[in-house]
Amino acid sequence: MTFVVNTDADRAEMLAAIGVQQIEDLFHDVPAAHRFPQLDLPPALTEAEVLADLRAMADRNADLEGNVSFLGAGAYHHFIPTLVDFVISRSEFYTSYTPYQPEVSQGTLQALFEYQTMIATLSGMEVSNASHYDGATSTAEGVIMALHLTRHKRTRIVMAPTVHPQYRAVVRTYLQGYDLEFVGEDLPPFDYLDALTELIDDNTACVVVQNPDFLGAIQSPARLQELADAVHAHKALFLVVANPISLGLLTPPGEYGADIYAGEGQATGNALNFGGPYLGLFACRMAHVRKSAGRIVGETVDVEGKRGFVLTLVAREQFIRREKASSNICTNQNLNALACAVYLTALGKQGLRQVAQSCTDNAHYLASRIQELPGYEVLNPGHFFHEFVVRCPEPVSAINDYLLHEKNIVGGYDLGQDYPELGDNVMLLCTTELNTPEQMDRLVEGLRERSEAHGA
Amino acid sequence: MSKPKLDPNAKYAKSHEWVRVEDGLAVVGISDAAQEMLSDVVFVDLPEVGEEVEAGDAVAVVESVKAAEDVYAPVSGTIVAVNTALEDTPEQVNDDPYDAWFFKIRPVSQEELQKELDALMSPEEYAEYVEQEGH
Amino acid sequence: MALNINRPEPTLFEKSRPGRRGVRPPVYDVPRADLPQEFLRQDLPLPELAERDVVSHYVRLSRKNYGVDLGFYPLGSCTMKYNPKVNEVAARMRGFVDIHPLQPVETVQGALELMVRLQEMLAEISGFQSVTLQPSAGAHGELTGVLVIRKYLQDIGEGQRDIILIPDSAHGTNPATTSMAGLKAVEIQSDEDGNADLRSLQAVLDKYPGRIAGLMITNPNTLGLFEAHIQEICQMIHDAGGLVYGDGANLNAIMGILRPADVGIDIMHFNLHKTFSTPHGGGGPGAGPVGCVEKLAPYLPGPIPQRQEDGSLDWAMPAKSIGRIRSFWGNFGVLVRAYTYIRMHGAEGLREVSENAVLNANYLMHHVKRTYPVPYGHRTCMHEFVAQGKLPDAPDVHALDIAKRLIDLDNAHPPTIYFPLIVPEALMIEPTETESKETLDQFVADLEQIAQEARTDPELLHEAPHNAPVRRLDEVQAARRPILSYIMELQQQG
Repeated sequence: MTFVVNTDADRAEMLAAIGVQQIEDLFHDVPAAHRFPQLDLPPALTEAEVLADLRAMADRNADLEGNVSFLGAGAYHHFIPTLVDFVISRSEFYTSYTPYQPEVSQGTLQALFEYQTMIATLSGMEVSNASHYDGATSTAEGVIMALHLTRHKRTRIVMAPTVHPQYRAVVRTYLQGYDLEFVGEDLPPFDYLDALTELIDDNTACVVVQNPDFLGAIQSPARLQELADAVHAHKALFLVVANPISLGLLTPPGEYGADIYAGEGQATGNALNFGGPYLGLFACRMAHVRKSAGRIVGETVDVEGKRGFVLTLVAREQFIRREKASSNICTNQNLNALACAVYLTALGKQGLRQVAQSCTDNAHYLASRIQELPGYEVLNPGHFFHEFVVRCPEPVSAINDYLLHEKNIVGGYDLGQDYPELGDNVMLLCTTELNTPEQMDRLVEGLRERSEAHGA
Repeated sequence: MSKPKLDPNAKYAKSHEWVRVEDGLAVVGISDAAQEMLSDVVFVDLPEVGEEVEAGDAVAVVESVKAAEDVYAPVSGTIVAVNTALEDTPEQVNDDPYDAWFFKIRPVSQEELQKELDALMSPEEYAEYVEQEGH
Repeated sequence: MALNINRPEPTLFEKSRPGRRGVRPPVYDVPRADLPQEFLRQDLPLPELAERDVVSHYVRLSRKNYGVDLGFYPLGSCTMKYNPKVNEVAARMRGFVDIHPLQPVETVQGALELMVRLQEMLAEISGFQSVTLQPSAGAHGELTGVLVIRKYLQDIGEGQRDIILIPDSAHGTNPATTSMAGLKAVEIQSDEDGNADLRSLQAVLDKYPGRIAGLMITNPNTLGLFEAHIQEICQMIHDAGGLVYGDGANLNAIMGILRPADVGIDIMHFNLHKTFSTPHGGGGPGAGPVGCVEKLAPYLPGPIPQRQEDGSLDWAMPAKSIGRIRSFWGNFGVLVRAYTYIRMHGAEGLREVSENAVLNANYLMHHVKRTYPVPYGHRTCMHEFVAQGKLPDAPDVHALDIAKRLIDLDNAHPPTIYFPLIVPEALMIEPTETESKETLDQFVADLEQIAQEARTDPELLHEAPHNAPVRRLDEVQAARRPILSYIMELQQQG
């Protein structure tokens, strides 16, 4: 079925009005040899049929309602209050376009202004934009901004080994058209700050770290401020990637010298959705905002002096600057940014802090239990937030198979593919506020059974 | 539209910059016709002091709500001063374009400067050029 | 009594009251893990509101928005068609929403199945050999495509090719993408019929021998016209050693009418949020999958899901991939909606969509051009057309004024204005196939009324809108003294 409205009578009347015999005649400019190809697509379905088809595919996935998860690595299973989906399901929000006509888009614009305020607050930065595609592309746009700010005269990008491996990959993909040097990624993942500092020189445009990092570790703000000072001594830019949930508890990047904040906003109000749509959080210093990419909402007044909101600083953007634009980005992830804003509002000051505290409480409880198990070792040498690294007595895939089939548990992330230097059998485990003590005990029991089976 | 104002002491580039020599330095801004075409100027992105520029290099950007235009160096040399007041009050460019200078260039030599100035338009030539361009 | 939507809604921060609590997250009985004090933030000044107040805040804001569900939205180049509600149910199925992107592949076979089927269907619709679903939006697909072209040329020893040709009617994303990929954009002029000008193209090809990496072309172009010489253009680029990138923004006009690959396009993005009915969400999320011909397939970003010999599905990285273009696999939730839409239509349904989109646009153009100039109105348009918001007997009235007056009349969202750049005072109108003849007739009547008002009472237009949550806003002030957060508003007030 289609959603076309015209009846045959409408079509006849319209064709007559424009003086055309039949609809096919409207396509006379299309090369005749290739006009009206026969497409080999599956037959059309009714709504009931398509729902059945989709249900059959959805049912082939092991969803996290029926299974317990300890998988994080950049996408997190948090509780999403019911009102979040209620708000983003308002069709005035989800069936509107980019707010180019501000008079009929004040809902979207004010919500984004409030979002920007909350992201700036959370990250400790002066200004936030209206979001990027995801944390990885937000990071890449931040690095590009650093290149613009250093006037394309610098060619070294320093990235810590514990920035999310996919984010580092995306930064390299985005920048493959430029002659740049990427350093720092091969440093030891549990002890890199000193060595990273050594890599910064006067040719460095940008230094990128993640905190809490990909392995869950948190660095002290004082230590990161030292790094920031070293970055600034070379007039380079300091970009910090951070999970917004952690910022409910931890010192924000703006307070330890970050020039640019980038983050994945999925954890705040967006479902896992098999990897997207998510949103890229992005914030920076006011002095740099005109070199940044992406949409920004500003406050102003109308002709009667009434407060209103508009897209602003648009002269940076592709539709005006074309080949000289700060980025080609057009769309933001508006509805995801709205979900993020509603989430932060719904939880508020106390709620977000509590979510962050529960995440870390659970992780530390779980780590302490695993540390007691024969054959397992928690590798993080310092403090961690809600993820930590465990060395296991056998390959991670074998453990995860067992956990899934025997315990209905989706286990941790296999770090072997990204950090071969950590050796074999290393797993990144994650807890959120949704993991109950019973679930964690079940995981510990499963791990114990494996090590016993393995004769540890 | 009223006829664009001119500074009789300046020379003009086809890309609508004016340049005046003051104390041996080339002082550069954008013409009245240029600010009129842009409408309300909202931001001026200035070069760094110390930057070496060649005549014809894009060294600054002037933005309105709907447009952004490069500002080119009409002569070669080193940027020795930028008008940071424009960062806070860009409207000066609209209010008094011949007072709202963007940057000052120390020329490589006075002879070079004179040669480059000679290649630019006089106020009368520029007025005619603007009219022909249809602005 | 209904709430007046024009009444200002205070910000969240103005509504916040210390100690008020909204949703309480779950807390379980585990020992508290106290991180060192010096790691913790001192203050967390997020708003404090009760759930009830959060809901009414956002519901009130929503009422200040116009959306497709409220009525006609003829925003040119954006394809604001009706968003079927079944899409939303589909994308919210537990087995799609609640799966982690890094779960073992055997636990997400249904998700990969959907992706593979969507890849196959998009390939069939466009004629391409391979499709990646990873790019998140049209511009993201463009970057992907241009990086693929660049890497391919380097691989075959043609890395010196650094110029991408772009018609002057193109979206700004095309030249911006080119620069981002480290290449140079060179403009091609349009001819008097609105096509890319073949002489201008030939001149540029002659000027830069050995340097042409490719051409980015939108077809139908942004004037709403089918590029009459598309095959010749592609041939000229191929002969010059370049590749042709198709901007798929306007695919809604040609589904089942023409497969872009058949006329020589090498690589193209799809806008699932335009052509395939996924909602625009107020500016995202979208999805911009990219399809390409066989020789470019090894360069696509990945991993890409593929069928294995045993019938199972697994991820595979194309052999010479440009790399990852984002985290994880793509905007999966958007892919589910597009899949749903294509399955409900089938081949005949998609062709019916394009036919009716084009019929509606031509019907509308036929009536609008009686009142407003339509520069290329002598041609048949495709799914959209560009009129001009300038009337001979009302010289002070501009496209902007007409757009704002349409808001007052409250039957339609204004069309896209001032784009494409090559048409002064452009009004770019795209009705889509999901609007009725009555809606189109009403829009014509509104435009005729406005033309009349422009002559008799131009001030009415200059001051419009009169009837909206806010009147015209001071964009100059917003850009000169930016207030980008509520904190900055407070600082500004001192």
